[in-house]
Amino acid sequence: MSEITLGGRARLLPDHINTDYIISSRRKRLTIDPDILRQYLLEDYHAGYAATVQDNDILVAGKNFGCGSAMEVAVTVVLASGIRCVLAKSFARSYYRNAINNGLVPVMCDTSSICEGDILNVHSGAAALTVINQTRNIKIPGAELSPMMMDILIAGGLTGYLLEHGDFPDFDTPAAQ
Amino acid sequence: MTCKNQGLTIAEKILSHHYATGNTRVCRAGQSVVCHIDCAMATDGSAPMAIDYFHKMGGTKLRCPENIVIAMDHYAPPENPGTIALHDTIRTFTKQHGNVLYETGAGVGHQLMAERGHALPGNLVLGADSHAVAYGALNAFATGIGSSDMAAIMLTGKLWLTVPETIAIHLTGKLMPGVDAKDIALEIIRRLDPDFTACKVLEFRGEGIAALNLEQRMVLANMSTEAGAKAGVFEADETTFDYLCQQTGHRLTASPATADPDAGYAGVEEIDLSALEPLVAVPPRDAAAAEIVALKKYAGQKIDMVYLGTCTGGRISDFKKALEVIRKGGAKHPDVQLIITPASDRISDILATTGMWTEFINFGAIFMMPGCGACCGTCGRIPRDGEIVLSAANRNFSGRMGNAKADIYLASPEACAAAALSGRITDPRNILVPGFRAAS
Repeated sequence: MSEITLGGRARLLPDHINTDYIISSRRKRLTIDPDILRQYLLEDYHAGYAATVQDNDILVAGKNFGCGSAMEVAVTVVLASGIRCVLAKSFARSYYRNAINNGLVPVMCDTSSICEGDILNVHSGAAALTVINQTRNIKIPGAELSPMMMDILIAGGLTGYLLEHGDFPDFDTPAAQ
Repeated sequence: MTCKNQGLTIAEKILSHHYATGNTRVCRAGQSVVCHIDCAMATDGSAPMAIDYFHKMGGTKLRCPENIVIAMDHYAPPENPGTIALHDTIRTFTKQHGNVLYETGAGVGHQLMAERGHALPGNLVLGADSHAVAYGALNAFATGIGSSDMAAIMLTGKLWLTVPETIAIHLTGKLMPGVDAKDIALEIIRRLDPDFTACKVLEFRGEGIAALNLEQRMVLANMSTEAGAKAGVFEADETTFDYLCQQTGHRLTASPATADPDAGYAGVEEIDLSALEPLVAVPPRDAAAAEIVALKKYAGQKIDMVYLGTCTGGRISDFKKALEVIRKGGAKHPDVQLIITPASDRISDILATTGMWTEFINFGAIFMMPGCGACCGTCGRIPRDGEIVLSAANRNFSGRMGNAKADIYLASPEACAAAALSGRITDPRNILVPGFRAAS
């Protein structure tokens, strides 16, 4: 795969959705298998949320999405639910990182014009991801990603990346201007 | 924006020294780099997944086993067959690969990293847990990573990182009685906009630092993640080296990282420690960020459970401060349960040999095994529905302690002790400072 193209239905979430909301720590005491944990997705935010999720749904959040614990099941449980992309006004650093490392496409962008159920398309350019709100015919630019982040994302995550390369390459980019 | 000749912050210095692609090169904020990692820690919460990723990545051998630490702290003790199986996965892996393992009951991984010499001044140390930022108190660059990151370090000894910008937190003055490091941490969180702080490092500077002991510095570094920061880092001084000498038994020759006088900062926050008062983080409502206000505004709020412990409030300094209040205040309120989780077995030993353990027991406290305890709801005393908790730990999201129907307030160990006495949120200065009465 050399680029990312995704499409799905917008599922709106508020600001400050923490990882314990995404998947409660008490659930991962029993198993870390995301295919089992997905039935508890966002249960403390909204009981029964998991049953409302359809394949390719896109989470559309406010500020600080994924704050709190750095637990990676908060990313794998989202992927196991059939969600492959999360849009947010801002992400907690650890969630953003875990998302990239697992191939869950994180787009930092202005989500304020998106409504529940809007049909969205997301695709990758050279250095950034772009969102098209098909329902409202609005194009929303996403924040830039470093070449390393884009490479890992396109490899489907860090596992795919390291299987492909064997090690991290002799890699660096110029300081951001 | 930084220019080519500008000096470097502590974070830029440490990452430059660990830059995988050349040891004479300098990296600056904004750059995406691959760095050599001195040591990485995973907990029983993150290690099982890291082991899975390691195998999926084709891993058969740890690049450097002595620099891979696993601490069984989140499930101490494990309370169901599922978590026992996770522990067994870790034990089997350790036998095969020879990494460092801290068994159940040794303590919180973050405390073990600091007191067993795994995080040293100038080091780049990562932890698969958000509170790994705590080692910044020892002049290490430390931040939280995920399990897949951990696996990549296990396999390659390296990791991709973005060099962060730095915010200078300039501390002046000296804390007044009844005000502690937790109040400084809460003040920082209250002041900083998380959108601005995100992905940046807090560099603690100024003459106010000298009077803070290492355990207090760990509270500030630990809670930098609650402000949304990537790390919180201090310069190393005599206090740092004395602590490490005391803990490891020998004086270290590590080379600390200092910021250049002309280093570039994204922002500066001045905090006069002498002007601070006790603060409280109130339980967040409707997924909003926690509100932090003067503790006296919530004076009188009934408290059912007081929690002293873990990687923010479970060290000797915290217990000494709590006991100062308890000794002056008398008996525990009969309706309050005081739960204590020491941060490590070494801290438990000190509590026992100094008589503090007996003092707490006589007061009516209940001790839990060293580890994360009830802080993250993975073991220990989980609050019941509607229970109101005052905790010296670091986080009070809804559901944090394992029950979304409980309310968690956060405050200093002194304020926790005061609430254990009165059964209500109480300004600790009312007990500690003769003649003091906080106006509400």
